[in-house]
Amino acid sequence: MSDSQTRTVAWYETVLATLKSNNVRLITYVPDKVLTPLIKALHADAFFTTFATTREEEALGIVTGAWMGGMRGAVLMQTSGFATLPNALASLAVPCQIPALLFVSERGTLGEFNLGQAMVCKTMRPVLDALGIENHTITRQDELAFILDRSIKQAVATQAPVAFILSPLLTGGKVFAS
Amino acid sequence: MIEISAHNAKVMNRFDLTKRVVDKLKRDEAVIGGIGNANFDLWACGQRPQNFYMLGSMGLAIPIALGVAIAQPKRHVLALEGDGSLLMQLGCLATVAQRAPKNLTMIIWDNGIYQITGSQPTASAATADLIAIARGAGIANSAWAADEDDFDRLVAAALHGGGPSLIAARIDHKPAVATTDRDPVQIRERFMRGLGAKPSAA
Repeated sequence: MSDSQTRTVAWYETVLATLKSNNVRLITYVPDKVLTPLIKALHADAFFTTFATTREEEALGIVTGAWMGGMRGAVLMQTSGFATLPNALASLAVPCQIPALLFVSERGTLGEFNLGQAMVCKTMRPVLDALGIENHTITRQDELAFILDRSIKQAVATQAPVAFILSPLLTGGKVFAS
Repeated sequence: MIEISAHNAKVMNRFDLTKRVVDKLKRDEAVIGGIGNANFDLWACGQRPQNFYMLGSMGLAIPIALGVAIAQPKRHVLALEGDGSLLMQLGCLATVAQRAPKNLTMIIWDNGIYQITGSQPTASAATADLIAIARGAGIANSAWAADEDDFDRLVAAALHGGGPSLIAARIDHKPAVATTDRDPVQIRERFMRGLGAKPSAA
């Protein structure tokens, strides 16, 4: 048996494949260490238009414009980046019914070493719930494709943003560099 | 009023200049009107289906326009944004310069005040030069409009140009001449049909 047959599929390969099968071509991001293998794989695949922005709000604005022009898009960020988004979500994506796909690499839990990240993490789900934004915390590789595929289709069909919180249980998270 | 010292451009009127822009649009160009008076005056110039009026999300007119420009590379896209809004999201200029879309024009109305919130002075009223900032961000094709004729010339060149361009105009403190209907779903739906991203209503 060759390596390729025994090798398990990595979480970021599943994310990329699901984005592609749902024709999500535009990827904007503010960098995150845990998301690095996904970002690298997206840059390497010409199917996607992938680039960094200076702020998460800017990324959401770009994805909103692209959707209105007929192109599906996603924003990649970490927990602290999500915390900069409530105004743009509440005054643009939610009222204008934009199916923006938000991927949040979860910091602040399961071994966080930075108090600032731990505090900001506590604001994320209350904000999503207050805005009525569908959100899923994904902890398992065997559930990843199902949750993403169904939720992307739901976001488009119901014209609503959706947030995918990628738990350290899925990604491995960021570990304290002692 | 604090004098703008960064340049010697004539002080013009936003509604007049907005009308000059709209009158030049012959190819169903998309226009994103920034929050406040920028989109109010765009609305007042006629409700083209290719206009999008921002009701919140201050600072995002240029990012939204960039997204439309990426999705529809054959359509020219304009963003009309105020000085205060641009100052809130300056990083977007660096992103636009990196992406370098050939079909994007940014027009900045600089009255040196946060007009809609009580006319407090912006940094561009005294010290910040928005064109110097745009050039520094990497948008080489950035210019102050010296007067109305110069503005007309710059807009016409931008609409046929081969790269992102930014035009800044000093404007007076007159309020917008109308107010946009604040119905975000209708605005978005009409815009998408205007861009052919959804089938047009029969």
